[in-house]
Amino acid sequence: MAGFDKRVSSYQDALAGLEDGMTLLAGGFGLCGIPENLIAEVKRRGTRDLTVVSNNCGVDGFGLGLLLEDRQIRKMLASYVGENALFEKQLLAGDLEVELTPQGNLAERMRAGGAGIPAFYTATGYGTPVAEGKEIRQFGDRHYVLEEAILGDFAIVKGWKADTYGNVIYRKTARNFNPLVAMAGKITVVEVEEIVEPGMLDPDQIQTPGIYVDRLIQGSFEKRIEKRTVRA
Amino acid sequence: MALTREQMAQRVARELEDGFYVNLGIGIPTLVANYVPDDIEVMLQSENGVLGMGRYPTEDELDPDMINAGKETVTVRTGGSIIDSAESFAMIRGGHVDLTVLGAFEVDVNGNIASWMIPGKLVKGMGGAMDLVAGADNIIVTMTHASKSGESKLLSECTLPLTGAGCIKRVLTDLAYLEVTNGAFVLKERAPGVSVDEIVEKTAGKLVIPDHVPEMNISG
Repeated sequence: MAGFDKRVSSYQDALAGLEDGMTLLAGGFGLCGIPENLIAEVKRRGTRDLTVVSNNCGVDGFGLGLLLEDRQIRKMLASYVGENALFEKQLLAGDLEVELTPQGNLAERMRAGGAGIPAFYTATGYGTPVAEGKEIRQFGDRHYVLEEAILGDFAIVKGWKADTYGNVIYRKTARNFNPLVAMAGKITVVEVEEIVEPGMLDPDQIQTPGIYVDRLIQGSFEKRIEKRTVRA
Repeated sequence: MALTREQMAQRVARELEDGFYVNLGIGIPTLVANYVPDDIEVMLQSENGVLGMGRYPTEDELDPDMINAGKETVTVRTGGSIIDSAESFAMIRGGHVDLTVLGAFEVDVNGNIASWMIPGKLVKGMGGAMDLVAGADNIIVTMTHASKSGESKLLSECTLPLTGAGCIKRVLTDLAYLEVTNGAFVLKERAPGVSVDEIVEKTAGKLVIPDHVPEMNISG
């Protein structure tokens, strides 16, 4: 009996069923809190024509930037994609489609997707290009844009610690989009730095309860720093 | 003399009040943190998920899991908290942030702001800027008054795609501090040594000039 044990034994098993043309949600902000081993596994699998939803698209040679090398991404939905020369090249060549969405909308659209809310109104983007073609409604004296929820066939998430039941704790700003991505996947795969026995984590501290998590694996992480700033 | 970037940050810092939660954008707004008066306490929000951003880390404190919205490594200050991205933007959308400071390419007399996209150039994205300008009531835009080629950035109508509509009420440039009200820029202060004439010349949108336009007090 596996019960609530969400562990899988390999990265291959973690992404079993990920197929060409699927929508893949990925946690992380910049290179902070990205599921770096799961991304590397997507590259290894060679899955193509993916729609990838993530705040950014990594950098050249690391993070989601790896999936550009073999043109595995057909469409990218992100709020900011400025850190990646290969991305720029593929975009200008027409090999890659991009939908830019405000950062707060991106987070809320995934949260809504995971919470069973198909769409919501927000003042963000009213009167701007992102509102074009979308329903506008007035509440009080302000105008709001209808934004639709986002769901993924797969969601890949980076946590800090989890118990075997898939209850997850994040660490510092590596949390970012991860709890929202975790909610919005039909299959949610979480990789963490440490897996502990049930009971070892304080229930009050759990940030993603195991109900959202389908598969869990422990990995080791490079945690590359994008902008190293220190004081003397 | 036009204000330096540091002087602009210093002038914006005078708008900080004790107990304010503040979101600072990238560039000049980031410098505002260096000029928080000693006798007040403010909490900096960084939209990737920090409320209470601290100083840059020492080598020993450096932590890849602890960054700000500019992707720089930072620390969290005493009394700060870490949040997820939806929670972070709930604070912003819900109007809980007391002051937002951000840069722009253009602002117009109706409070429209353009800051993220120049057609014909590669578009990198808006990040959190659209959420910030739509969610905050109290926003200060910092930018140079005119472009390097001398074209005004204070317009009758923004020419670039908007970041937000009708949401800007205050602008600090290197020449002046202005309020945006009733379809015009109102000249409230001028940079030390800068004449009203120069500001008039470099403002393309309707400009209201009160009888007395004081010189800016930069350092309070």
